[in-house]
Amino acid sequence: MLLIRCPYCEEERPELEFRNAGEAHIARSPNIAGESDDDFEKFFFIRSNPKGIIYERWRHMHGCARFFNAVRDTVSDRFLMTYKAGEPKPAKLPGAAK
Amino acid sequence: MAKAAVKTAVAGPSVERRPAVAGQSLSATGVTLVVLPPAERISLRAPDASIAALSKALGIALPLRPKTSAAKAGRTALWLGPDEWLVIDESGKDPLADCAKISALHSAVGISHRNVAVSVTGPAAATTINAGCPQDLSLDAFPIGAASRTILGKVEIVLLRTAADAFRVECWRSFSDYVFTFLSEAARDAAA
Amino acid sequence: MSATFRIAGAGRLKQAKIAGFSFDGRPYTGIEGDTLASALLANGVHLVGRSFKYHRPRGFLSAGAEEPNALVEIKRDAARKTPNVRATVQELYDGLTAQSQNRWPSLAFDIGAVSSIASPMLSAGFYYKTFMWPKAAWKNLYEPKIRAAAGLGVAPDQPDPDHYSARFAHCEVLVLGGGAAGIAAALAAAETGVRVILADEQAEFGGSLRFESGAKIEGQDGFSWAQSALAKLSAMDNVRVLPRTTAFGYYAQNFVGLVERVSDHLQSPGRDLPRERQWQVRAKRVVLATGAIERHMVFADNDRPGVMLASAARTYLNHYGVAVGRNIGVYTANDSAYAAAIDLKKAGINVAAIVDLRDNPTGPAIDEARALGIEVNFGRAVIRAGGKLRVSSMTVQPKNGGGERTIPVDAILMSAGWTPSVHLFSQSRGKVAFNDETKRFVPGIYAQDCVSVGACNGTDGLSATIDEAYAAGAKDAGSKPAKGTKPKVDASESWSRGMLGAAPGAGADATVKAFVDFQNDVTAKDIRQAVHEGMRSIEHVKRFTTNGMATDQGKTSNMHGLAIAAETLGKPIPQVGLTTFRAPYTPVTFGSIVGLARGPLFDPTRKTAIHPWAERQGAMFEDVGQWKRAWYFPKPGEDIHAAVDRECVTVRKTAGLFDASTLGKIEVVGPDAAKFMELLYTNPWEKLEPGRCRYGIMLREDGFIYDDGVVGRLAADRFHVTTTTGGAPRVMNHMEDYLQTEFPHLNVWLTSITEQWAVIAVQGPKSRDIIAPLVEGIDMSDEALPHMSVREGRICGVPTRLFRMSFSGERGFEVNVPADYGEAVWEALWAEGQKHGACAYGTESMHVLRAEKGYIIVGQDTDGTVTPNDAGLDWAVGKKKADFVGIRGMARPDLVAKGRKQLVGLKTRDPKVVLEEGAQIVADPKQAIPMKMIGHVTSSYWSQNCGRSIALGLVAGGRDRMGETLYVPMPNGVIEVEVTGMVFFDEKGERLNG
Repeated sequence: MLLIRCPYCEEERPELEFRNAGEAHIARSPNIAGESDDDFEKFFFIRSNPKGIIYERWRHMHGCARFFNAVRDTVSDRFLMTYKAGEPKPAKLPGAAK
Repeated sequence: MAKAAVKTAVAGPSVERRPAVAGQSLSATGVTLVVLPPAERISLRAPDASIAALSKALGIALPLRPKTSAAKAGRTALWLGPDEWLVIDESGKDPLADCAKISALHSAVGISHRNVAVSVTGPAAATTINAGCPQDLSLDAFPIGAASRTILGKVEIVLLRTAADAFRVECWRSFSDYVFTFLSEAARDAAA
Repeated sequence: MSATFRIAGAGRLKQAKIAGFSFDGRPYTGIEGDTLASALLANGVHLVGRSFKYHRPRGFLSAGAEEPNALVEIKRDAARKTPNVRATVQELYDGLTAQSQNRWPSLAFDIGAVSSIASPMLSAGFYYKTFMWPKAAWKNLYEPKIRAAAGLGVAPDQPDPDHYSARFAHCEVLVLGGGAAGIAAALAAAETGVRVILADEQAEFGGSLRFESGAKIEGQDGFSWAQSALAKLSAMDNVRVLPRTTAFGYYAQNFVGLVERVSDHLQSPGRDLPRERQWQVRAKRVVLATGAIERHMVFADNDRPGVMLASAARTYLNHYGVAVGRNIGVYTANDSAYAAAIDLKKAGINVAAIVDLRDNPTGPAIDEARALGIEVNFGRAVIRAGGKLRVSSMTVQPKNGGGERTIPVDAILMSAGWTPSVHLFSQSRGKVAFNDETKRFVPGIYAQDCVSVGACNGTDGLSATIDEAYAAGAKDAGSKPAKGTKPKVDASESWSRGMLGAAPGAGADATVKAFVDFQNDVTAKDIRQAVHEGMRSIEHVKRFTTNGMATDQGKTSNMHGLAIAAETLGKPIPQVGLTTFRAPYTPVTFGSIVGLARGPLFDPTRKTAIHPWAERQGAMFEDVGQWKRAWYFPKPGEDIHAAVDRECVTVRKTAGLFDASTLGKIEVVGPDAAKFMELLYTNPWEKLEPGRCRYGIMLREDGFIYDDGVVGRLAADRFHVTTTTGGAPRVMNHMEDYLQTEFPHLNVWLTSITEQWAVIAVQGPKSRDIIAPLVEGIDMSDEALPHMSVREGRICGVPTRLFRMSFSGERGFEVNVPADYGEAVWEALWAEGQKHGACAYGTESMHVLRAEKGYIIVGQDTDGTVTPNDAGLDWAVGKKKADFVGIRGMARPDLVAKGRKQLVGLKTRDPKVVLEEGAQIVADPKQAIPMKMIGHVTSSYWSQNCGRSIALGLVAGGRDRMGETLYVPMPNGVIEVEVTGMVFFDEKGERLNG
């Protein structure tokens, strides 16, 4: 069981309290009704599924109940960092293996 | 029906209140479980700008740090999230009414009947809860007054440490049987 | 039977407590403190099992957890039957009953051993190659036969009556292994004041100090020091000492799974005592002090009972006071076997000869053996063990060939050297490194905050081990400096080196059975064959031969197997690599994994406040998710059909009471509540007046129906939202997701109130008459409280949110009261209802009543691929709205295309025939199979109110097929159905105010 740092609770908490919520930084268009089929396909269906660094959403479901974002390495299953919902994608990653 | 036929409200229920798992308790070596009597509870949600006004109305400074609580005169406010508190009143006063008096932006929803509380006390209290709760419950990591929504076995609970060897476990009404049974099994093992 | 191999004055067991036990039905006696293995050996019993594949007779190889052979079944009673218990670990108690496995009809005469005769056919990969064709034979013939003949033990066929417990624990330092290294590390860490957990799989701590007679620490013999150090640790508040506890898995971020065997060693465990306790430990740092495991020599027939590891024989003698034979041979490639020979000789046992593969080794052990008069042979090999059910001789030959000499013996002690136990290190994702000089894999690159100390780190000698362990335990552990002093080593034993791979006589061209892996019956020849057949990777060799697989995880076999593969490949060992060690380190019971999650704790059973009343009425219940819901309320003599017919008729004639408490309820509060509702539901909400309700539909972004429910607006800034019973948690999550991440600018908050309110639905023409007498503060007239409205007031003196709404098509109300009052208010309403002849009805009647009105159930009539239009609910989609979740998904080309499946009513031509839900619908029943299926039945009931069967179904282009005849092919014939509208009863909806 992983430990995940919740950016709202400001500490690491056991994975059992969390739930994954898919890829992060996929913006819903404010004019979604007017989107083309291609744009909607990209928004709704296409995900990056990378080997390596993934930006994803988690919810501290059984804790503070907040959604937040995390950077995780899908190869090592390590969390590199977490940050609050709405904050931009971090420009620099701590300890990212390259 | 004519408007005149409308009966106006009279004081007090004419029917019996039947709380879940009422009166259940268990005593094992080093740990005692007691289902606590009903209390007034609200789920309070508010932005930072409203905290001062709400604190004043409730007569208790809403805690601002994660995993903390504040208690005063039979009323406890537990930090559950950055804009969320569980307010429990065991003195018979109504926190919902207190919040209704102020205009500052907030959401107060009565959940007195939604939750059931079990007290877990004794030197083996933390061990008992740790049978199903993955958090570190040492006094360093979870000091007196610490409060957190978390997991117990397969259900969600809110955990509050009221003393070095005393906890209050809050859960939803329909999970209270599970929670009490779980804690009873765990208490049996903690005593073993 | 007397314990004839117990040596007076040897061992540490107190003779006082005798324990009687049985093995394969024969009674024996042992001493409390024995393992089953030591007790059997004390009685001269070596033959304890048959091997997995060849059914060869097998005895004890070891005295610990690495035991591959001596797997037995321990039986307390019919239900308490545990297969594959290692006899070397199972502690003896008075009355223990053990049985051997893998033999029929008896251990000494086993029919299955014929596979040993046929063994040239059973070489590596045999199963893969032979049982491939014909395909059907695998299922019907090969697999059942192979499963019966092979396999390890028999699983019990009754529920496990024992109970198991579980705990999460946290500590700064977790020490795994309670030998000299582990104890020293724990002492150092404990003295700094931090939380320490020390676990060891044996009943007694000490590790190799249990047999090392030459170790002296702090002026005591090694084992005594271990016991006093342990007593000191046990007395400290910050230390938890866990004997009989195996660390079975090492997971991410220093999360380690332990299983503590709490009562398997007790004759009659108390009822409160769990059998096992699972610990899930999160440690800041882990100290691995897992020691090393002695390797056997790989030579012909090295599996005969009586052939065992030298250290095992020493443990049996020095700890349990048991001699493993009377006339012992030793075969070694390292010094440690000499120590065993010396200890046995000093105990009065004859040592026939030591055969040492090394050419001219020197050292004090060799000198001492010679001084004691033991025959020592250098540069020679044991090429064969004689005997069958028990070893009777060893045949010795110069290692480069020459004359053979057969020496009668009744036991052979062997040592090819020691393999550091890097299993847990490897599980932690650490990378091992090969030390070419000592020919062993030791921890190389660490992946987690852990440290290996002592033998598992390749550290030789007690002094160096304690130095290393003590320093590791003290390092960074706590704020306080270690107060104590490092234990002083006065005397120690030390050895290293040895050999890897097949010994002479079992080399390249040999066809003998020289076992590498005892548990999986893998010989040196099998490994070579695997390489010859093209396996180049050690992972492939492992899978092809099964070397190092299963419960054993290669504890004794891995290094030999690797060396033979490397030699055959002509590559150095590190280039061939080591296979991955998998969790669990030793087998873990299902019970310990399940822990408390059994019976009522398997899954929460949720009951409503009104449940006790329904139970008293004799209701039948059905599971809806975790909820128990009243299904129907049979009167004496009624079956489900009779009860449901009566309930449905009564509701429409007078009234019925229904417990709707399980419906999800969410309070949406804040100035932007209506804006938020506009975004989450297809319907318009801004103009809904406070006090009014609306049926809402929620979509996912893909445009398909996700949930539905009636929403009441209590105030401008407050909505009372209801969801489906099963959908409650996910709808809440879905709403929170959008609120927090897409629409965080909205000032609105969500609170689950599902369990705050008990909900009593009162439906039927008499519903108002039943409710009104109990209500205060609410005008119940149709003008003041029309259909689809909500008021707050009191009922029976308690607060209520009273909804005027209907899921039956009748005049109806849903009375929300605080949950603790739910049952009493129900009783009051029931008493009123009795005056009018009302009934209680359950979910089955609720389903029939709503189907009569064509009201859908999300999840039954929809399946995640149904749009509002498909369901005929276009009217509930706000046409003027610029945005709501699903607005774009709903407009996708496929979702607006013609010919989509649409929800319609279905009437069978024969009104008595009730369709089966899920049945497929076709247009032409005479077409060839496979027919083109154009839809399926989603809901189907007998409707007593309609006097016929009714059904709903999803049918391609359904709304254009009104009046058409379609067909439902069933095993007993084709059923004709007519496509109709969805409303079967009171099409005009007049009864809502009836």
